[in-house]
Amino acid sequence: MATTAAALDAGVKTESGVWSWITTVDHKRVGFLYGTTALIFFLIGGVEALAIRIQLMRPDNHFVSPDFYNQLFTMHATTMIFMAVMPLSASFFNFMIPLMIGARDVAFPRLNAFSYWVFLLGCVFMNLSFVMGGAPDAGWFGYSNLTSKQFSPGHGVDFWAIGLQILGIASLAAAFNFIVTIINMRAPGMRLMRMPVFVWMTLVTSFLIILAFPVITVALVFLLFDRFVGTHFFIPQAGADPLLWQHLFWLFGHPEVYILILPAMGIVSEVLPTFSRKPLFGYPVVVYSGIFIGFMGWGVWSHHMFSVGLGPLADSFFALSTMLIAIPTGVKIFNWLGTMWGGRLELKTAMLFAVGFIILFTMGGLSGFMHASPPADLQQTDTYFVVAHIHYVLFGGAIMGIFAGIYYWFPKMTGRVLDERLGQIHFWLQLVAMNLTFFPMHFVGLLGMPRRVYTYGANLGFNEMNFWSTIGALLLAPAILVFVYNILVTLRSGRPAGNDPWGGGTLEWAIPSPPPPYNFGTVPEIKSLDPLWHKESREAALVANQVRGHIHMPPNSHWPAVSALGMSMLLSGMLFGWYVGIPGVILMLFGFYNWAFEPCH
Amino acid sequence: MSVAAVDTHAPPAHEAAHTTTTGLSNRKLLFWAFLGSECMFFGSLIATYLVYRGRDQVGPHPHDTFNIVFTSFSAFVLLMSSLTMVLALAACQRGNVRGTRVWLAATALLGMTFVGGQCYEFSEFFQHGVKLQGNLFGATFYVLTGFHGTHVTVGVLWLWSLFMMAVRRQLGPDRSLDVEIAGLYWHFVDVVWIAIFTLVYLIQ
Repeated sequence: MATTAAALDAGVKTESGVWSWITTVDHKRVGFLYGTTALIFFLIGGVEALAIRIQLMRPDNHFVSPDFYNQLFTMHATTMIFMAVMPLSASFFNFMIPLMIGARDVAFPRLNAFSYWVFLLGCVFMNLSFVMGGAPDAGWFGYSNLTSKQFSPGHGVDFWAIGLQILGIASLAAAFNFIVTIINMRAPGMRLMRMPVFVWMTLVTSFLIILAFPVITVALVFLLFDRFVGTHFFIPQAGADPLLWQHLFWLFGHPEVYILILPAMGIVSEVLPTFSRKPLFGYPVVVYSGIFIGFMGWGVWSHHMFSVGLGPLADSFFALSTMLIAIPTGVKIFNWLGTMWGGRLELKTAMLFAVGFIILFTMGGLSGFMHASPPADLQQTDTYFVVAHIHYVLFGGAIMGIFAGIYYWFPKMTGRVLDERLGQIHFWLQLVAMNLTFFPMHFVGLLGMPRRVYTYGANLGFNEMNFWSTIGALLLAPAILVFVYNILVTLRSGRPAGNDPWGGGTLEWAIPSPPPPYNFGTVPEIKSLDPLWHKESREAALVANQVRGHIHMPPNSHWPAVSALGMSMLLSGMLFGWYVGIPGVILMLFGFYNWAFEPCH
Repeated sequence: MSVAAVDTHAPPAHEAAHTTTTGLSNRKLLFWAFLGSECMFFGSLIATYLVYRGRDQVGPHPHDTFNIVFTSFSAFVLLMSSLTMVLALAACQRGNVRGTRVWLAATALLGMTFVGGQCYEFSEFFQHGVKLQGNLFGATFYVLTGFHGTHVTVGVLWLWSLFMMAVRRQLGPDRSLDVEIAGLYWHFVDVVWIAIFTLVYLIQ
């Protein structure tokens, strides 16, 4: 990170070296760590997807074995959801939230570092399964009783259940931190209704995380007891109901969908106004819609279970609530269109991705609305139609939104603007490839091609569309490679960004890129929404760059990393044995104790 | 904004209160959020117990296992520990060093009594044939009450740590927030027990 003269005035050292990264508590560096790790796992998940598509390129193909195919689709989904999309969002939370609300760091800097290290170790643990007897292969939803010892005798499901527990701890720790940061660390004058929409969506997402993850934690505890202790939580012969898993899983799983998409909606709500040269149309309505989605997200989980046969009353209720939740989502789409309407549009790469998000997410929303109807859903369940739907909302939605965020905020994070020409190539290639991959899946799904089956017969009419889907996937790979190349080139010789390369209205653009370690020399007073776009509030915001005397920042600490290592050893000890678990407990307690009593001056 | 709001420890409560947006300390807010999360955790465990109640084909069943009189006594002990917790906080806030020590120790001892009672209860039930691997009642009961007992145990360790701080005279009125937050946790664990005692033991 750049050392500026101002930083020296403020008495804050900038540090470098591997040890400084391990011990860092700076939210910006933690954000970098999150982003880099998540991009690596995004590539790994992408390679898994490519292998799936190559297997399905031709009927009766033998590129991978059926067993390995099961591992591939399980790990592709698990990786993309928990190790790519969520942490990419977390990377923006970390880097941008304090800058957008006028704070010098998050509320609990060491807890923040802790959540990153737990996340990293959880990812590593889960992926160790590939070389330790086989990866998880029961699907990312892990339905019982497929996950029982009887039907999954290997250790794949153990890796999955323990790995998700570890990743869950990381998500929970981060979510608590951001709730407190957003509620309690705002600059003077940053009232709730002056917070950028991205901050709002982060707040809603964090609440969803802290309320949804305990439910999956309990479900996974039951599963682990069944597998390690021999209880019968999900064993029908003992009177148990395997549907309990589905209810617990989707009570977590549906809010999880909004955990994935709301941050992307927040990003798009920042990007569109900047490149339309207009404030967000109907800001309060966008905020309230996001909150409403957060609430309603708890009342729709059984639409994942229509084919179970819950009865007409339950089916009707969940069909109606699912249709209802489409309303606030639709409202947001009209707000985004209203923002662009009559604006002076600048089609920079970030803007292209944001517009792409609106179009593709709307398409995904429409197919989602189709399976809100139970009779239609019975036709579509477990077919490629659902695969098309989730990829339009998660790839077309979440990932496009995240790319919009990367192109938009990369200059703020690194001080250099990503190359525009490469960015445009990336966007158009990805847009075409994405649609080529996933659009035919709607049709092949309605024709009846089932998900999660490793091959299909030649005479079923699936051949051509699967072939083109695979061509699309093979085109997605170069699109992502262009992006990676763009990052590498830009880091070496990109155009310097200056404070505000896009003319943005929110607070982060008032300070240098990359920001100094303390972010704000003086914590500015916020006088309006989009403070940089109004004359008086702009002057008040630019005060942020004046350093007045010594600024005390929390010192580095290695205890979060030590505690994270201990906790991960403790949990993985369930599988690896007591000689990992017991030292893990000791290390964790030692780490927490030293953390708690560490002096911070 | 001073460093007080940025970091987790050293800041005295009153100082932190002035520097945050809401006036509440960050740690207290974190803890309220944590307790919200815990509600979903115990909610899922209790819901599972209730959903599986009566589905067992083989015994032992709850109604011929529970000793309501004994458990009422240990529930009473745990509820009384909430009273001593409040007295510990009040003593700490008033700068009453001896009172802080006495009431913290009393709370921890009452908590240990409860955990001891639970160990006794578990061993009785085990003799009676209630096993984790036995039937759904055994599995759901032990996992639910076991997690609650673990929470009480963590609370006891926390209280003894505060007690040690009090003994070393590090727990003056300026650090009463430490006691207050431990108290939030302790009361929450009590409230969960009221729910468990009512829904699991009393309503059969």
